[in-house]
Amino acid sequence: MNSASLSLSRDDRPILIAALFILVILAAGTVYTFARFGSAPLLSPTYLLQQLQIGAFLGVVAAGMMIVILIGQIDLSVPWTLAAAAMMATSIGGPLAIPVGLAIGLLVGLVNGIGVAYLRVPSMIFTLGVNAVMRGLMVAHTGGYAPQTAATDLMRTLASDRTLGIPHALFVWAAVSVLVVVMLQRTALGRYIYAIGNKEAAAYLAGVDTRRVTVICFVICGGAAALAGVLLAGYSTKAYQGMGDAYLLPAIAAVVIGGTNILGGRGRYLGTLIGVVLIVLLNSVLSIMEMPEAGRQVIYGLVIIFMLLVYGRGERVVS
Amino acid sequence: MLDDVAIKVRQNVGIVTAVLLFSILYVLYNLAHPRGFSSAVLVQNGNEIFALAMVAMAQTVPVLASGLDLSVGAVMTMVGCFASYLLTGAAAGAPLHLDIFGLHLALGTFPGGITGILLGIVLCLAIGTAAGFINGCVVVYGRIQPIIATLATGAVYIGIALFLRPTPGGKIDEDLNWALTNSLGDFAATVHIFDDGAAGWFAPIAWIPVPFVLIVLIALLVWVPFRRSVLGRAVYAVGSAEGAAYMSGLPIDRAKIAAFTLAGFFAGCGGLFLAIQTSSGNADIPQAGAYTLNSIASVVIGGTSLLGGTGSAIGSIFGAMVLRVISFFFRIFDIAPLLQPLFEGLILLAAVSIGALGVLRVKNTLELFR
Repeated sequence: MNSASLSLSRDDRPILIAALFILVILAAGTVYTFARFGSAPLLSPTYLLQQLQIGAFLGVVAAGMMIVILIGQIDLSVPWTLAAAAMMATSIGGPLAIPVGLAIGLLVGLVNGIGVAYLRVPSMIFTLGVNAVMRGLMVAHTGGYAPQTAATDLMRTLASDRTLGIPHALFVWAAVSVLVVVMLQRTALGRYIYAIGNKEAAAYLAGVDTRRVTVICFVICGGAAALAGVLLAGYSTKAYQGMGDAYLLPAIAAVVIGGTNILGGRGRYLGTLIGVVLIVLLNSVLSIMEMPEAGRQVIYGLVIIFMLLVYGRGERVVS
Repeated sequence: MLDDVAIKVRQNVGIVTAVLLFSILYVLYNLAHPRGFSSAVLVQNGNEIFALAMVAMAQTVPVLASGLDLSVGAVMTMVGCFASYLLTGAAAGAPLHLDIFGLHLALGTFPGGITGILLGIVLCLAIGTAAGFINGCVVVYGRIQPIIATLATGAVYIGIALFLRPTPGGKIDEDLNWALTNSLGDFAATVHIFDDGAAGWFAPIAWIPVPFVLIVLIALLVWVPFRRSVLGRAVYAVGSAEGAAYMSGLPIDRAKIAAFTLAGFFAGCGGLFLAIQTSSGNADIPQAGAYTLNSIASVVIGGTSLLGGTGSAIGSIFGAMVLRVISFFFRIFDIAPLLQPLFEGLILLAAVSIGALGVLRVKNTLELFR
């Protein structure tokens, strides 16, 4: 540890570096647009708000994913939980659309949680199976085509309308963020989550019902994915096949770039927030540069490796 | 003697279950198939199984070292895209060029004929191995968790594949395609050995599909020696207790790098075959993802613990075959294609849940939290 990082705790350093990297992305993007178009759209509040609005969907997914990663598990069922919630919400319609969509997510989370916590199946494989089942159910439900049903007005209002120039989706993201922060910092459940992530056996011996907490975490993650699905369906006015596929890996990447340990037990929500903003801005700068998909993938991978090399390195094995 | 067998069976209960499950399913499949137990059906199945079996073997090695390689599908795809440039079967002296961003990069000329094909195959496998080696170095020297490190390198490899083949295309030498995706008899006839496959002694084995022979050869010539080497044992040791392995003086860094490198090699074999079989290179991101996920499922069905330390790549081959045979059944029994994903998911869930029922017998709850 050098003196510069002494004043920072181990959890704060990644957040600071990721925040600095966001500035680098913004600066590089602005230099590019200025040189090429003579304008700086990246710095205009309208453009940034629009990007954040798109980022809100990823942000909500990442919030749920972070909870699950904190207990040392992972949820690979997010893509089709998200899509299933969106499809069921649009096909039910009416005032029940949003509650039904969210209920789907909570239910999937409950199944995941029971499988992981009580059957002790590794979450990697159980949630993978649940994802396949949800995909199967939705393919059977929709016949494999894009559903013809449309999002309800309330869903559209929540996702795309603005109040005082600020998109409603951002309010939803902010509300989810506040809930998660309060839960992690101010409740016993939050403490349990970190304890389980560090050593489940120790948490159990300390009297925590670790299996129940695990189930709750998966339920939260499923609920978050469903909320993102409902919002996304509102934003694009309909649900479609594979709408969640683009959210799984970026959500994991955002959580990890934000300094959360992939093995659990360590990480702050602020980091996840910054990780999401970083990924969203990186994507938008790359699309301004008209980077082909190939280049995006390469840069995407290199950025993750670079960020982790800077601050995400594990301990050396010593015993 | 019987006790020994019983112990062996108990130690390998995962792989034994996978083999039994596969045998039962496959016999049932052939009984139900109108042309069951014929070489044609076997050849078709072998071609469908090969790539997944290779990717499953690839996934096994890092899993044994309690890592996870999320880039196996990406490496497979990337090697396939390279193969569609390197194995076109162009005549000697034909310029080898890569198309990137509309640029023609001339990379010298290519020797034609058998030499060219063999050189191309070696190059493709070397590319896969190198990709695995890079994974290993990022994990060991970068000290980044394997799951997230390979997630990132996988994105890079897919990016390279997309650079090579923004749209599906390319070409594979037709003789190579024919020789490797049919029965041994066709192979012999194509490469003109054993009197073009008409030799008397050759007839009884001429029906065996080449892909199955290749799987057995790769397992026997690559996996078995590796498992018996010091590095192979070190991989198992790292997976069951890394600290203990380190204190025992085992080369844990080299073991991990070897595990990922071998994974790259196996994934390269899968990609090479997939390109040869489809006669094209295709940077298909959803397909790469599906192969990665199915490789994890195959590993688990094949009796390897995701926690590391126990299991074997042979089991994963059977795991992959079980997964594939299940999808063969959909063709036979005319199940609506729309229901297939649902059944595949349910069967996977059922398999892992039944395997997990042992937790109900655990008396000391503390033992659950390993």
